[in-house]
Amino acid sequence: MVEVTLTINGEEETVVIDARDSLSDLLREKLNLTGTHVGCDHGACGACTVHLDGTPVRSCIVLAARCECSDILTIEGTRNDAITDVVRRHFHDKHALQCGFCTPGMLMMAVDIIRRYRVPSEEQVRAELSGQICRCTGYMGIVNAIVAAADELDGQRATA
Amino acid sequence: MKPALFDYVRPESLSDALALLRDDEGATVIAGGQSLLPMLNLRVTAAEKLVDISRLHALQGTNDDGTTVSVGALVTHAAIEDGLHREAFNGLLQRVAAKIAYRAVRNMGTLGGSLSLCDPSADWPACLLALDASVIAASADDGEREIAMEEFLVDAYTTALESGELLTRVVIPRRPMARWGVSKVTRKSGAFADSLAIAVLGDGDLPTRVALTGIASCARLLIRTSGILDEDREATAATLAEAIREDIVEVHEDVTPYQLRCHHHTVSTAITEAQSWSK
Repeated sequence: MVEVTLTINGEEETVVIDARDSLSDLLREKLNLTGTHVGCDHGACGACTVHLDGTPVRSCIVLAARCECSDILTIEGTRNDAITDVVRRHFHDKHALQCGFCTPGMLMMAVDIIRRYRVPSEEQVRAELSGQICRCTGYMGIVNAIVAAADELDGQRATA
Repeated sequence: MKPALFDYVRPESLSDALALLRDDEGATVIAGGQSLLPMLNLRVTAAEKLVDISRLHALQGTNDDGTTVSVGALVTHAAIEDGLHREAFNGLLQRVAAKIAYRAVRNMGTLGGSLSLCDPSADWPACLLALDASVIAASADDGEREIAMEEFLVDAYTTALESGELLTRVVIPRRPMARWGVSKVTRKSGAFADSLAIAVLGDGDLPTRVALTGIASCARLLIRTSGILDEDREATAATLAEAIREDIVEVHEDVTPYQLRCHHHTVSTAITEAQSWSK
């Protein structure tokens, strides 16, 4: 057993875990943060994407024990985040989800894409999303939503 | 899916890590874990004890002394993708980094981890072989030694690292004017390569180096092809194509017709791209 202290969505948590537990195990099973979905459990689908110290990672292939003192942001922590709210609204408007399983990972990745590219082209969004799998094949809507959200956020910056 | 039980230790310093590796031959080093954890989850490999080096500051830095660039083993693919030492290699490292897996994986995955695993389809071994790089290996009792990439890459998942040794950094000769080409064939974006060829053309005293991976063992230099590009500027396309074919057959045992065509395509494309740079 290993004791880990880390910050999750702004709150400090101390959790006792198995050495072999992944970050997704810690989130879902120890803290009941089930918004982080686990699709494949070996880093192939991207559904479990969360932010670790500000950048997206796949929580199913990050050891929980290595997250000591780390800062984790999950989908639950984006509830009142101004940028994620815009992305979420565009996901709704553009029908960018059907079953919703991949959506938490898509949103966490989308925010990082917009942060890095500011106004990404459709081609850039497609390339960047290649690691996030949607089996309802909602990619058209997802790509459109991210492009539209980036445009709106850029407009906000221009008028700010 | 869960890996089988293992112990976990996170040493506070490089010397502590090296002592752990010396004292426990069964220990497995984990850095970013982006290959190791999936392999443990799928139970295609097992570990008794994981030694987590991911926080060791001594392995995170980089240094450019004007002749060579030293890159710490823990530098991530994402850091290189974002332009770390871009100019020193005329953008080659950045181009290679950007096509490894996906951004969320590149944020965790490390240069040293990729080299130490020595996956037969990985990107860095081929790239660093083409750049004539070497690695520095450290051990608790014997200090450091430098290993040229040709000797370091032994076979699939096999390197020249000995028990108790840790790859601490990679030393790459600067090539700010390098004329290079990269060609990679994957079944889907972000997947390991069916074939990956990287060509770095010669310059002055520096010979041309064409490396190929996605073959049965690990990244290998194409000796005939590299030689012809340096020694026979008038070589016909047919002569070059024959040299490429002979090289592929030599480095890829039991190559299938698909693999042969695939490798031939990547090698030719990489060379053409390299030659398209103005001198």
